[in-house]
Amino acid sequence: MSQKMTFNVNGHRHTILIDDPDMPLLYALRDDLGLDNPRFGCGLGQCGACTVHIDGVPTRSCSLPVSAVGKGRITTLHGLGDRKKPHPLQTAWIEEQVNQCGYCINGWLMEGAALLARNPKPTEEEARAAFGDLICRCGTHNAAVRAVLRASKQA
Amino acid sequence: MRELELSRRAFLSTSGVFMIGHATPDAWAQAAKTSPKSPNNPDLLADSLDAYLAIDKTGKVDVFYGAIDGGQGLETSIAQMVAEELDVPLSSIRMIMGDTRRTLNMGGASGAQGVSRRGTSLMKAAALARQMLVEEAARKFGAKPTDLDVKDGVIYLRANPARRIAYTKIVRGRPFQAKVRWNGQWGNPHDIATDAPLKSYKDYRVIGQSPRRADLTSKVFGEQKFPGDVRLPGMLHARMVRPPVAGAVPTSVDETSIRHIPGAKTVHIKNFLAVVAPKEWDAVRALRAVKVEWSQSNPAFPTHREIHAHIRKAMVTQRTIEKENGKVEEGLVKAARVISGEYEYPTHSHASMGPGCAVVDVRANGATIYTSTQKPHYAADGVADLLNIPRESVHVVWMFGTGSYGRNDQGDATADAAVLSKALGAPVRVQWMREESLGWDPKGTASVNFCKAGIDEKGEVIAYELISRGFSRENVATNEGRASGTLAGQLLGAKLEPKNTFNIPFASYTFANNRVGWETISPLMDRASPLRSTHLRDPYGPPILFGSECFMDEIAVAVDMDPVDFRLRYLTHPRDKDAVRIAAEKAGWRKRASPRKDIDSASDVVEGRGIAYRRHFDTFIALVAEVRVNRRSGVVEPTRLVCAHDVGLIINPETLRHVIERQLIYGTSRTTVEELAWDRNMVTSIDWNSYPVLHMRHAPPRIDIHLIERPEAAPSGAAEMALGLVPAAMGNAVFDATGVRLRKIPFTPDYVKTMLNT
Ligand code: FES
Ligand code: FES
Repeated sequence: MSQKMTFNVNGHRHTILIDDPDMPLLYALRDDLGLDNPRFGCGLGQCGACTVHIDGVPTRSCSLPVSAVGKGRITTLHGLGDRKKPHPLQTAWIEEQVNQCGYCINGWLMEGAALLARNPKPTEEEARAAFGDLICRCGTHNAAVRAVLRASKQA
Repeated sequence: MRELELSRRAFLSTSGVFMIGHATPDAWAQAAKTSPKSPNNPDLLADSLDAYLAIDKTGKVDVFYGAIDGGQGLETSIAQMVAEELDVPLSSIRMIMGDTRRTLNMGGASGAQGVSRRGTSLMKAAALARQMLVEEAARKFGAKPTDLDVKDGVIYLRANPARRIAYTKIVRGRPFQAKVRWNGQWGNPHDIATDAPLKSYKDYRVIGQSPRRADLTSKVFGEQKFPGDVRLPGMLHARMVRPPVAGAVPTSVDETSIRHIPGAKTVHIKNFLAVVAPKEWDAVRALRAVKVEWSQSNPAFPTHREIHAHIRKAMVTQRTIEKENGKVEEGLVKAARVISGEYEYPTHSHASMGPGCAVVDVRANGATIYTSTQKPHYAADGVADLLNIPRESVHVVWMFGTGSYGRNDQGDATADAAVLSKALGAPVRVQWMREESLGWDPKGTASVNFCKAGIDEKGEVIAYELISRGFSRENVATNEGRASGTLAGQLLGAKLEPKNTFNIPFASYTFANNRVGWETISPLMDRASPLRSTHLRDPYGPPILFGSECFMDEIAVAVDMDPVDFRLRYLTHPRDKDAVRIAAEKAGWRKRASPRKDIDSASDVVEGRGIAYRRHFDTFIALVAEVRVNRRSGVVEPTRLVCAHDVGLIINPETLRHVIERQLIYGTSRTTVEELAWDRNMVTSIDWNSYPVLHMRHAPPRIDIHLIERPEAAPSGAAEMALGLVPAAMGNAVFDATGVRLRKIPFTPDYVKTMLNT
């Protein structure tokens, strides 16, 4: 039987009807709420393309059932910052021209932003470690590390 | 400033000049026999300037780029090229990319030719437009065109800059209606000529600068829409149902197995099977729940572990010698020593970050397709063929999307969605799953390189042979332009159209008796094979260069020469030699033969350096790799890559550096971790563990790129040329460090340990 669930996404509350409490959050965000930032890359928690923050913690939304979200505050890439108020890592990301296709971008930016939140001055090794689980098929790995270090210098 | 009122006719009469009296009786004349109407939109004429660019009333310049930008910055680089020849601000350029209604088929993304072919065509169009505008202004000013100059879209008298007129005042939103000479070709070979002279590189103001990429900002803020984000009213979500064993086809489908899922149903046409539902998650649930009976199939594949033995013993179906001089057999007989080496390259999946995804809306009067395929015009043609509808009734809206890096699963997902949309009478969004994307995308073929060299008493190479053997690189076409080349088409019974091609890269090594060629063998399965082979990024680079450039080092070892000196001795083209010399110099290369003699035999960790060289089209590249090898664990880490890169004229140096750096990381992935696995029945690489790709810990932490400046040389391509050198440069470096020659990609710890212990 379908039930109502309320999500707090990018500071807005959304209530939707859910048929299957095991449905991963990714599908609620994309299909029900039309929030396209998180993307489907593997559905297995292995790539990072679907990453959002829940209470500031990078989370693979493809592998989190909607029933487990609870009252967690969800932030997508667009909620991290926009053209008017960019997150410093978004600014650095543009300055370093990190991405090619950008399909992977949610994982990298959301992990990078979380790293800077817990460690504003990471070393290169720490930045590399923070990105350790992510995949990018365009080879933007080193550029992402440079962007984190650039953002940390400006902080 | 004088307001110029031009009649449409006056403008047209000026443009007429360019079509009359200038045609030269060359091959281009042949093209006159071909209809210039775009098969994808008959209103677009390939011999009309208006098919290439338009200036609107506000001064915005629409550039009709019949190809795409897969994330390599072509949108900006091509805009720079047009802005340069047209003398307009870069910000006034609007790139229209890949839309089949608005652009001609210029081949899509292919062979990294965006700048070298399609960009230079558009520069010629821009030069003609500028020339027409200047001539018109000259007539109005009563001056000679040579007295005029243009800056930022404003034409002025050089002697009296106050005498000026903007392009917009001449064009006033009207078409140019001028002819260009079109070579009668669509796709990659498409080109045009005009009589308008191009600028000298010495006058460039926009080319050579590094403006930032236009697409990146919208990606960083999560604003960029990809095909998967398209939502149309009444759209259904689909998942394809693939067989557990290759070659099996659905014999019966139990519709009741998904009855509990809201709105879910199956679509079963011949051997094509899908589930659809109004909500995406329900389509995924239906895919998991649906009960299907499959026919018996026994592909009896040689597994990925056996594939190279299979390639060695299988019957050769085609042998092509691409280059031969002298008498190789006589050279080998005369030689004091003959050395030989074999090198194995695995099967690779495109393994795109995003599995194939497309939205298609088929209506009574045609179809609209939203896709990020790298070849949109072929996607339109393929859907027309598949649905048996006119080509011009199919409209492909190209969108940014996952990097495809070859003929990936995107074209197949598009065909799937087209079949489904037609069957259901509703727009359909198809999203392939991860397992499906690795299992069922068209593949890059496994191959074996057979290398041989004869050396005389003086240490001179007097015979050389390189034969590379594998599956055809076009078992399915390099684009989805025919139903036969798509999985959907094959499942629906399209007549197969495999081609036997392979190809081989060239360098200017000049040996007295020399033979370079390739051999192909039959595919393991003819129809709807998960292993069907096609073009994967730099199709014949890494597989063959791994063999040929490692073997160059083997010869250098045999004659006890430094690998750089050895290459410089046999390379003949000056740009080849410069690339090798500069890469070595920038890497701080010390002359000596490999392997290094100063290895501490007690140490687990040893380091070495290696070089590899190639030419691809008119791009000349050398790569030095420095590696660290752990002899106990077998782990090979690239510690530094140094690349010397000569692409001719450089359009955007920063973008060029980016593209080179990122492809070297991608090349490291293909060298150190990637290998498709399968058993007797089916691909067993089903996720990012069973098809490992590069993670941060494998990435070369330092990459130094040295751009060789040759502004006088035509721009060549850069988006895939350097990556092919990674396997050989790293293999040569491992040999330098350990004295052990790796003969197989990928350099996994297990494989390296085995080699070090034998
Ligand atoms: S899509 Fe969620 S981790 Fe890959
Ligand atoms: S930028 Fe293309 S996958 Fe990361």
